[in-house]
Amino acid sequence: MTALLELEDVEARYGPVHVLHGISLAVEEGSIVTVLGPNGAGKTTTLRAISGTVRRAGNIRFGGRSLQRVGPDGAARLGIAHVPEGRGTFSELTVWENLRLGAYTRRGSIQPELERVFSYFPWLSERRRQQAGTLSGGEQQMLALARAFVLRPRLLLLDEPSLGLAPVLVAELFRIIRELNEKEGLTVLVVEQNAHLALQAAGAGYVLEAGHVVLSGSSAELMADDAVRRSYLGY
Amino acid sequence: MKRQIPALASLVVVAAVLVILPFILSDYNISLVAQVGIFFIGVLGLNILTGYTGQISIGHGAFMAIGGYTTAVMSRDHHTNFVVTMLLAFAICFVVGLLVGLPALRLSGVYLALVTFALAVSVPLLPLKWSKFLGGTGGVASYNPPSHLWVYTAAWACSAILLVLAWLILRGRVGRAFRAVRDSEIAAVASGVELPVYKTLAFGISAAYAGVAGSLFVLAANGFAQPTEFGVFLSLQLLVGAAVAGLGSLWGILAGAAFVGLLPTVSSSVPVIGSAHGRNVVFGVAVILVMLVLPDGFAGLLARIRRLARA
Amino acid sequence: MVSAATSRLEGLRGGAIDAGTATVVLFLLGAAIFLLVGCLQSTAFAQFTIQGLAVGSVYGSLALALVLIYRATHVINFAQGELALLTTYIAWELMQHGLSYWEAFAATLAIAFALGTALQVTVIRPVQHRSVIAVVIVTVGLFILIDGIVDWIWGSTFKFMDSPFGTASFDVGGVQIQHLYVGMLVVVFVSVLLVWALFRFTKLGLGMRAAALRPSAAALVGVRVESMLAIGWGLAAVLGAVAGLMAEPSQLFLTPSLMQPILVYAFAAAVLGGLESPAGALIGGLLIGVTLTLIAGYQPHIGSFRITPELQTPLAFAVILLILLVKPSGLFGRREVRRV
Repeated sequence: MTALLELEDVEARYGPVHVLHGISLAVEEGSIVTVLGPNGAGKTTTLRAISGTVRRAGNIRFGGRSLQRVGPDGAARLGIAHVPEGRGTFSELTVWENLRLGAYTRRGSIQPELERVFSYFPWLSERRRQQAGTLSGGEQQMLALARAFVLRPRLLLLDEPSLGLAPVLVAELFRIIRELNEKEGLTVLVVEQNAHLALQAAGAGYVLEAGHVVLSGSSAELMADDAVRRSYLGY
Repeated sequence: MKRQIPALASLVVVAAVLVILPFILSDYNISLVAQVGIFFIGVLGLNILTGYTGQISIGHGAFMAIGGYTTAVMSRDHHTNFVVTMLLAFAICFVVGLLVGLPALRLSGVYLALVTFALAVSVPLLPLKWSKFLGGTGGVASYNPPSHLWVYTAAWACSAILLVLAWLILRGRVGRAFRAVRDSEIAAVASGVELPVYKTLAFGISAAYAGVAGSLFVLAANGFAQPTEFGVFLSLQLLVGAAVAGLGSLWGILAGAAFVGLLPTVSSSVPVIGSAHGRNVVFGVAVILVMLVLPDGFAGLLARIRRLARA
Repeated sequence: MVSAATSRLEGLRGGAIDAGTATVVLFLLGAAIFLLVGCLQSTAFAQFTIQGLAVGSVYGSLALALVLIYRATHVINFAQGELALLTTYIAWELMQHGLSYWEAFAATLAIAFALGTALQVTVIRPVQHRSVIAVVIVTVGLFILIDGIVDWIWGSTFKFMDSPFGTASFDVGGVQIQHLYVGMLVVVFVSVLLVWALFRFTKLGLGMRAAALRPSAAALVGVRVESMLAIGWGLAAVLGAVAGLMAEPSQLFLTPSLMQPILVYAFAAAVLGGLESPAGALIGGLLIGVTLTLIAGYQPHIGSFRITPELQTPLAFAVILLILLVKPSGLFGRREVRRV
């Protein structure tokens, strides 16, 4: 069974600075996969390589189809929803407008999609006229997730969703991610600093260091691994 | 700075060519080459401002107007010697340039371009207001205007003098300060360069140069200073010339001056479009193409050629 | 009490209402009252004010075009006035070939849109991410080119365009309100309203707003950012065309230098309103229009110095300079932090 997303020997650079030196990974449909690693390892860049936001080389296949010439708006149209670092929400627009943008690639009415999103995030419905920038950090993160989910993406890319959030909110966030994965079959690739939470939610993971994949396996294997435990799990 | 002045030999060649040309060219063509000389001065000055301190001015035509009107009015009222009027124009425009440069300190990039654009449109209207002194729409006529040959000689003589002056300014402390400002204002301030002084100075110098160019411009037009000649288009020409010239090359400035001095006139002869009416079409297209293809101007092109030649 | 009120408003509207905005609103209210009182007191004042509002709406429309482009790309389109000039001449030409005024008007708006998008794609796109000077020169080159095209095709003789509003006036309590001025205001108002509605209520408009606010985030949701910019230029050209067409009836003669001073007034309006504020551009336009018309009408003295109509453009220049020195973000703009 070919994976939904396959990366083969992918390199990426920002101008003259090479950040990814040939990484390979695979994400099975319907799974949650996490990417761990220290700062500067290239985790964010990996997601950017997938959504086409950075210059990259190598083989990236999504649903069997190459993403070679696909830029970020093309990736969105193919069903890849990327929630970047900093959430990518539009602070100057309202909650409703942000959600509406999530469905940008769909023509016509999106009422049923919105209803579904509101069933997972009921409080969003009451705040739809509120300016997104006036939401709290946690609420904005939820909004970002909700927006990514409006069109039921085939793949959700999450970049450090727990950043800057109180633990209670982070737990809630991951609960919703797991719920979306179980109930809706949402495939998720999540980059996380919080290795503990990530490995608990995910089924499999990759560890990145200095632009290379140094370790991979199921989350159980990773949680049992000594190096991982020492570096990322703190024991 | 050594790159700025090409080998003495090539300078001598250019000088020789300029000396010979009047003997073989028609009077009309002499005035054309004189025009290039006039723009050489203006472009050189503006190049110092834009290239070295990064301030974009679409208003230097206003300084040319001030210089030109100075010459015409002094000549009309006091029959002043033309060279003296040019010196006056230099001095007056230097001071005005400093005054303009002061508020310009607080404006950067596009904002400065915006303000100077408005200045360029406004200044030619002033003679209409003070029409008794400044001649209104009819303009001001100089007393005993000079021949085209005289203007040719004066233009290129001034070019040489002002070029040497520019070289002296740019090789010294002032030049180093200018270059520091261009490369990074923040770094320049950090290393103690007094930004306001040098940015204002650059404005004054470029304005003074434009003033002299303006004087010659009026003299070339049979001594007539008219508001319509100093419209916004003149400022556009200067800026285009400075940008097309690129930075750090004397030949670039010559190329830039030739580009804006000759192209509009030459465009009249282009078939189909050709006629005085269509020439800006060709000129406009040329400007856009040059910017698209040669973002660093002629200086950049020359630098690229030199690199290729070395390889 | 104020803070409680403003924090409630925070949630509802876009952005907090702070002391700065309150001052501006008060100032505008004061200006409106001043104008109203003046109109009631003097017929001449009323007539100048109406005329000022009408020409001000033209400046505002062109200013809005400038702001539209600036907001999305931080490019000042120096050729905006000339583009408006071109479209006005095109309208004239269409009328020479038998179209009625409003048919030509509609056709011209469509042509303007096409021209605007074409310009963005061919000429601006290659340079918009390069240095400031490169973009400035390209728009300057466009200025020259379009000016040349107009001169080449139509020459520099005056052309006369019949005003579609006729020369009659409404008589309101002794004040003659020309149909022309009412017409100008209505046309500009309707055009601006339609563009606003496009931005506010359509998916396309939302995409354009998103592309202007955060291009990278917009791309991630599938917005074709470059296309949005092209459409933005098209809409700006349409607004400019409206300005040009409405400027002409009030000036009576179509000449190649028609739009140059108007561009300066539009710059003044845009700067006054704040270069990133559409509402500011319009209100700025009206303010500039009324102020300049009143001054040109009354020609006040300062000592023995009399302010005559030809000083309008230099006055507008003074306004631009003053605003940029004192409050660069204009009346409605947000304070832009120059990241050091």
